[in-house]
Amino acid sequence: MSVPIQPLAVSAFTATSALGHGLESHVAALAASRGGLRPNDFSSAPLACWIGRVDGVEEASLPAAHAVWECRNNRLAWLGLHQDHFLERALDARQRYGAARVALVLATSTASMGATEEAYRRLDAQGHMPPDLRRPLIHSPHSLAGFVAEALGLEGPCLTVSTACSSSAKVFANAERLIRLGLVDAAVVGGVDTLCDSVLFGFNALELVSPEPCRPFDQGRGGISVGEAAGFALLERIDAAPRALRLLGYGESSDAHHMSTPHPEGLGAELALRDALDRAGLRADQVDYINLHGTASRKNDEVEAALIARTFPASTRASSTKGFTGHTLGAAGILEAVFALLAIQHGLVPGSLGCTTPDAACGPQLALENERRQIDVALSNSFGFGGNNACLAFGRAPA
Amino acid sequence: MNTLPVFVEGIGLWSTALGDFAALQALEKGDAVTPPSAKPPATFLPANERRRAPESVLLAIEVAGQAVAMSERSASELPCVFSSAYGDQLISDYMCATLARAPAELSPTRFHNSVHNAPAGYWTMATGCHATSSAICAGPASFGASLLEAATLSQAEQRPVLLVCSDIAGSGPVGEVSGSRTSFGCALVLAPEQGLRSLGKLVLTLEPHAGLALHPGPPTGAWHEANPTAASAWPLLQNLAHGEGHCTLAAAATLALRVSLEKVA
Repeated sequence: MSVPIQPLAVSAFTATSALGHGLESHVAALAASRGGLRPNDFSSAPLACWIGRVDGVEEASLPAAHAVWECRNNRLAWLGLHQDHFLERALDARQRYGAARVALVLATSTASMGATEEAYRRLDAQGHMPPDLRRPLIHSPHSLAGFVAEALGLEGPCLTVSTACSSSAKVFANAERLIRLGLVDAAVVGGVDTLCDSVLFGFNALELVSPEPCRPFDQGRGGISVGEAAGFALLERIDAAPRALRLLGYGESSDAHHMSTPHPEGLGAELALRDALDRAGLRADQVDYINLHGTASRKNDEVEAALIARTFPASTRASSTKGFTGHTLGAAGILEAVFALLAIQHGLVPGSLGCTTPDAACGPQLALENERRQIDVALSNSFGFGGNNACLAFGRAPA
Repeated sequence: MNTLPVFVEGIGLWSTALGDFAALQALEKGDAVTPPSAKPPATFLPANERRRAPESVLLAIEVAGQAVAMSERSASELPCVFSSAYGDQLISDYMCATLARAPAELSPTRFHNSVHNAPAGYWTMATGCHATSSAICAGPASFGASLLEAATLSQAEQRPVLLVCSDIAGSGPVGEVSGSRTSFGCALVLAPEQGLRSLGKLVLTLEPHAGLALHPGPPTGAWHEANPTAASAWPLLQNLAHGEGHCTLAAAATLALRVSLEKVA
């Protein structure tokens, strides 16, 4: 059993996805059950599928001072940092604690891979990258965190976590450990992943992409819709922001089963869930809402549905928001953590967009339509290739 | 606090010149060293996985297996942190070349092996490890940052932790920008408390605002300069071979990690 942790304040957070730029557009879209998926209009040879594309990334070029980091993923990071005054909040933390006392832990699955793909499409006659893309920094998986560290002027521990689709949930755990040991006083966490050919054609090659908008947990679901997103959160000790929403716990585990399919009994997912509840000092019946991983792939949803059905009472509400945004891969953990935080803040259980006839494995917890109720504790599940699992627990400050 | 103690219980190492930590110790003493087999044996992997696994996975599993065997810990119980500055550079080259030419022909197996946590995934499957596993990087500071991360995990959770740092040689246009021209991996089992298997005590101290001190010196032509992980890990590995010493590693662009290796009683 894991040792309970001291809660941390989530003193600022933000998200940018196919639903729009910043929190307001996300709340509005969830409340109106208005999804952000569109027919695929990305890439040189578009596959017939639906995607969760962020508007305005192409126009959000980096300032000249950061031009060496220019690429689509860092543009989305820059766009995301400017929503909900997140950039100012992060700079304020740097001012209060000092640049070396704020950690930066970011997650991505593809980093700037889109720029590397473009370089390969435009190789010169000798097979070298074109001069404008011959920038080693953007062909490294650390490109995102390297850019954001420079943009925010942070000088503390700086790390990229890349465990596929659990990545940006795990960053909360890295940050909590650094703060608990006193190595830093605050941490900027988050994740950014952008659409690129690697993921669209990669998931297509695995036959995991749905030809229609994804339908998590529906009996007729036919695979995922790939999306893109940027999300960030600022974590501090609770005395710095006593009224802020809180990170109560987290859980991490490995399936030890298969590279790309989940453990059939959900063993790893359950271990991560138990770990999160133990660290938060919570019982299952105290959980009001769970933002499920719910990708709309046949096997993943079935395993997760069974886990929720056997673990939680009917009063716990659960839903997948991937029907709204698509599966944003390395950014899914932070995006869905933000949905869990918004659920607490607004008393809103978002419905599972796209699900009309739930899989037989689903219990009464699955919310098909929006529900309004008080939410004090919310979990967010994230599972990735390689059998990598994470679960986050959030709550409000005690009254 | 900006200082972390952690105890080394196992050390793994593989390069084209040195097959394990004993070979490095022999080299440092001036003894002749026989180069290892061309391919990391990775005996922790079941035979069928070993045949199919990419080089990046074989390398990481080989050094992980060495370190865990030396520690006499149970691999299934160890949380693990896998670090690589560039991930699987051969698959990146293959994927970008295929996507530029015939995207619909992308291999599904190579795609799922392209994730940065593929070595962690294969390792946890091979050892039945259900503890947390991670896959991280930090550019040129990947080795120092992941040593800090593994020590942090070990101290915060009060558990021994496996750290694996590896990078294979690059190829194609992507290989030109990574500057990795040879394969190298190393691994450490780190424990929060001194125990019977402790080989030495590492004291990690964060030294911020150290930008200029972290610039690499002029190249000397040493073999370990041909791999980013080897170049960063080399000072600490030499100290481990000697049993004591101090070194400074980059943990981020301007964050230095002072690493003192002390003998244990």
